[in-house]
Amino acid sequence: MASFFLFDTQPAIHAAADSAAVIVDTARVSAAHEESENLFTHLLKHVQDAHELETPFGRIELPHLHLFGVDMSITKHVVFLWLAAVLLVIILALVARKNKKHAVPTGFGNLIEIFVVFVRDEIAIPNMGPGGLKYLPYLLTTFFFILLMNLLGLVPYGASATGNVSVTAGLAVIAYIMIQASAIRTQGIVHYFAHFTGGVHWILWPIMIPIEILGTFTKAFALCVRLFANMTAGHIVIVSLLGLIFVFGKLSPALGYTVSLPSVLFTLGIDLLELFVAFLQAYIFTMLTSLFMGLGMQEESHNAHEEHAH
Amino acid sequence: MEANPIEVAKAVAAQWGYLAAGFGAAITVVGAGLGIGKLAAAAMEASGRQPEVAGQVRTSMLIAAALIEGVTFFALAICIILATK
Repeated sequence: MASFFLFDTQPAIHAAADSAAVIVDTARVSAAHEESENLFTHLLKHVQDAHELETPFGRIELPHLHLFGVDMSITKHVVFLWLAAVLLVIILALVARKNKKHAVPTGFGNLIEIFVVFVRDEIAIPNMGPGGLKYLPYLLTTFFFILLMNLLGLVPYGASATGNVSVTAGLAVIAYIMIQASAIRTQGIVHYFAHFTGGVHWILWPIMIPIEILGTFTKAFALCVRLFANMTAGHIVIVSLLGLIFVFGKLSPALGYTVSLPSVLFTLGIDLLELFVAFLQAYIFTMLTSLFMGLGMQEESHNAHEEHAH
Repeated sequence: MEANPIEVAKAVAAQWGYLAAGFGAAITVVGAGLGIGKLAAAAMEASGRQPEVAGQVRTSMLIAAALIEGVTFFALAICIILATK
């Protein structure tokens, strides 16, 4: 085979194989190093889902469950998801019952009323008009649920369930269903499907309709990834800043102690930012859902008067 | 020679993957920083010209910033996938 080439490639092939062996060895060593004790992957374990729950009293091992071949184990994020749901139902039901009689709520109900009125007057009605009031319970549930899940991740030993892409995917699926359902309920199912054609010549329908159908998925997908990435990135930054202490501590204990004070101060700053981001992401999810619902709901009035001009 | 081509290719690809993740994250941050910076500049100017609407401007600014950050995090997620695979 070497005789095919004009020049002698045997030395080049040997040299290439040697360097290839070096590369493979390096990769193998670094991979082994990676598997065992990379600081980053160890830090990531605090942010990812885990099969055990850490409490101040020790580690609780959570049960593994396999239903119909799907891994449905109770993991840390599942526990916090349920905790947020139970807390939400209990707190809001108590607050609602206590404030049913008076027009002006008192105590903790005052705080909840601020958020409820905010969601009603700044999110539901501007985006969906007066007809949006019947979707207000869904929007309030979304807002408070996401907010509580985000906030639970900021307390010690806590974890944000929204840091799990499955949780945000579930929220996005429900948002998608609500967006389509509100559009169908307002426009009627014939108008809703007619909107997929987009007013082009009927020859282009086979191209237009799949693209429009896919276009409805992108909004929900963006909602899912935005919430997940915001929460996870924030927690990774916090955990990395605290991990700096251990990185320097490995070099020398004195250096570790020196770095600990600035590192904790930085982490405090980032924690405050994360608190803001928790509220902001709950608001953004709710607002975008209501915006998309409103867009679907108003097609009906402009359909009746003007021609579709996309 | 113990180096078969598939192993070599995988090893080389892994090294390039780390580099790509680093570059990707850097360029993503540049894009997001520029975008949100322009947004904040416009918001400051609008608030300075007409202080009465500062509240509405702030709300719109936060919404736009969250949307831009959402796009950033798409790219960031891809970089993390590259770096940990």
